[in-house]
Amino acid sequence: MKDQMGRPLVAVTGIGLVSPLGWGLEKNWAALLAGTSGITRIRRFATDHLKTTMAGTVDLREEVAGADPVPAPVRVERMAAAAISEALVAAGMKEGAFDGPLMLGMPPVEMEWPQRVALARRAGRPGHAALSVASIGQHDLYEIFLYGGVGERLALRFGTKGAPIAITTACATGASAIQLGVEAIQRGEAQSAIALGTDGSVQPEAVIRFSLLSALTSRNEDPTKASRPFEKSRDGFVMSEGAAALILEDLEHARARGATVIGLVSGCGERADNFHRTRSNPDGSSIIGAMRNAIADAGVQPGDIGYVNAHGTSTPENDKMEALGMRAVFGEAPPPISSNKSMIGHTLSAAGAIEAAFSLLTLRDQILPPTINYVEPDPTLGLDVVPNEARRVSGLRHVLSNSFGFGGQNVCLVLSATP
Amino acid sequence: MTRRDVVITGIGLVSSLGEGPEAHWEALTKGAKPVVDAISFAPFPVHPLPALGLDAQIPKKGDQRQMEPWQRLGTYAAGLAIDHAGARGLVADMHLVVAAGGGERDIAVDEAMTAALTNATPEASGALLNEKLATELRPTLFLAQLSNLLAGNISIVHGVTGSSRTLMGEEEAAADAIRIAAARLAEGRGEIALVGGAFASQRWDMVLLYAPGGVLWQGDYAPVSARGAAGGLILGGMAAFLVLETAEHARARGATALARIGGIVSDAAHQRAGGGSAAAAKALWRGMAAPETGLGVIAGMTGVAEARVEEEAFLSWLGSVPVRRSASVLGHGVEASFPANVALAALALSRGGFYPAMDPADAGDGPVERILVTGFGQWRGEALALLEKAP
Repeated sequence: MKDQMGRPLVAVTGIGLVSPLGWGLEKNWAALLAGTSGITRIRRFATDHLKTTMAGTVDLREEVAGADPVPAPVRVERMAAAAISEALVAAGMKEGAFDGPLMLGMPPVEMEWPQRVALARRAGRPGHAALSVASIGQHDLYEIFLYGGVGERLALRFGTKGAPIAITTACATGASAIQLGVEAIQRGEAQSAIALGTDGSVQPEAVIRFSLLSALTSRNEDPTKASRPFEKSRDGFVMSEGAAALILEDLEHARARGATVIGLVSGCGERADNFHRTRSNPDGSSIIGAMRNAIADAGVQPGDIGYVNAHGTSTPENDKMEALGMRAVFGEAPPPISSNKSMIGHTLSAAGAIEAAFSLLTLRDQILPPTINYVEPDPTLGLDVVPNEARRVSGLRHVLSNSFGFGGQNVCLVLSATP
Repeated sequence: MTRRDVVITGIGLVSSLGEGPEAHWEALTKGAKPVVDAISFAPFPVHPLPALGLDAQIPKKGDQRQMEPWQRLGTYAAGLAIDHAGARGLVADMHLVVAAGGGERDIAVDEAMTAALTNATPEASGALLNEKLATELRPTLFLAQLSNLLAGNISIVHGVTGSSRTLMGEEEAAADAIRIAAARLAEGRGEIALVGGAFASQRWDMVLLYAPGGVLWQGDYAPVSARGAAGGLILGGMAAFLVLETAEHARARGATALARIGGIVSDAAHQRAGGGSAAAAKALWRGMAAPETGLGVIAGMTGVAEARVEEEAFLSWLGSVPVRRSASVLGHGVEASFPANVALAALALSRGGFYPAMDPADAGDGPVERILVTGFGQWRGEALALLEKAP
């Protein structure tokens, strides 16, 4: 089957997911539908002097057992591997010889403080020249922190074909990775692809840096109430971690091998903003453009979109701009929109993939996950945010999933029910 | 799906030799000597960047202040490419793919912090780190550090808004950036794209990233082929952006095509040594099914030993074709090297000539009809780009 542009339809035949709500897709989905928050006080490191002391975190088994926290790239890779493994099982595929490329959405990584301090102790001096010379031959440091390292190890383990592609488009990263996979299949480069978003950046310096940009909420008293997308008293996002992997497959290929098709990625749209490094153009043109491009790419009309999985970060600015975009694209009666980030926080590079995954389950089960912590509506937004309780629906065919990034990188996906 | 011809219509190139295609053609055809700073980052030599007239491409001081040298360098070179292509009026729908490394850290803060933490007890370290970072980090530095903000700044400064993607993964990321940008144009997703990367060599944070791998050459400058069994790379400051365009679109607006993209392919041999990497490159070359007449090679050889052995094996297998090891003159610019070598290839084809030897091992002579650019990553990744004379 081809789409309206003569391209192969792209099916999703397996999903794996990790978030602060747990390891595993169905566990996460059940918690999400129950309106559970995964945000907690940060226990991974000391929070003295921090303005924000809570986050969504995913700890590894050895950390739970008391080991020192791993560096971000290790967490990123482990969550990614877990998500891919789960997705492959769901797709009925064996691990180790995947017949397609790896599209990896991940954050930039770099040497962290524990490694610097260890090198300085070894060198006996704190300067970069001394650290650099002392580091020579520590190949493990090199391989962990090279940008290509995570992709190389995942590609090796899962036997993906060709060079692994690692992409970062800030908060749109996960959606960009899916888009790369969809394009590879549409182009005929491959009949299947692994697309994922993964992020594990809750470490002191990252929290401080986002804090210094005034992007984070510091509503520390009750972490579960801190993320309040679209609500009147929202005042910033909550950093979080997680990963989601999607097995993308040419629909005909999936059907020929008898795979269960969860849904389709039927449209991808993007548009970059040139207004400001952390803010959207006040006219909303680029986010509106991205939403419209995705809907057009899917060959549907705005009226066909029955639900929107919001970017919904809980910052005053994002949610206002997203509401503006909703009205521009859908008119004065936009479809319901809810934000998974009210429960799992902002998983940054993983968000686009995690939210695409939840959008597919929304289609599968015909139930909209809620926006929790919605106590006082923001009257300027005028949106149905599926407040506080999941909602059963019927006849939902198309979902729009929004991802808008710092640096003006906006990507929207249309997920559709299986034809 | 349709397959349309894609050509290069603009080059933005900055290196230790200067800036712009003219300057590079002049310097390289006259057998330019490498520019080396062996002192500032000793024991690691670097090829430093020349002073840039940033105001010409980044007119707002406010924009310049929001960036550090790496982002300024890339944004500057991106502007040069847009100007060279005469494409200022086309930026709104221009697609952007950047290959990026990490942005700048504050070296002074890092060293002070490292000193303080080294002397602190484990119990006190956490609180100390938080307190000092929260007071000493400049808020805007985060934005200068994020990899995707080079693309963000190119959008802001030059108005490039068709789409924006940033690939990570050292040398390989740059080859795939060009591959993906060209493939999207070929299949009808847009008419014009800007693609490339930048590398600021004069940065201790980059030295510290690569030093643990034992891949950095130490001591006095030596050309790539003379770095002995241990090998090593010399970091070279450079930025290279290319304006890619469908041949039809370029023709319709009267833009000069510098070269045609004959093909770009990439792979990642997980077992590099013992012929794995060379075999991957051979398979890529066979898959391109390119005519071998009039072929020249611009090799992306970094100087790192394992990769060099594999690449030399691949080059010998290709037969007697003229090979130029550009890193012997320009150094290795990680994400910027592959785009820079593609730029040099397009430049040579547009001039109807080839470069004289850049390394003592460089043999053979032009003229060439088509140029193969190789990219054997310092750790992983094999990529080839074939550039042909513009139709």
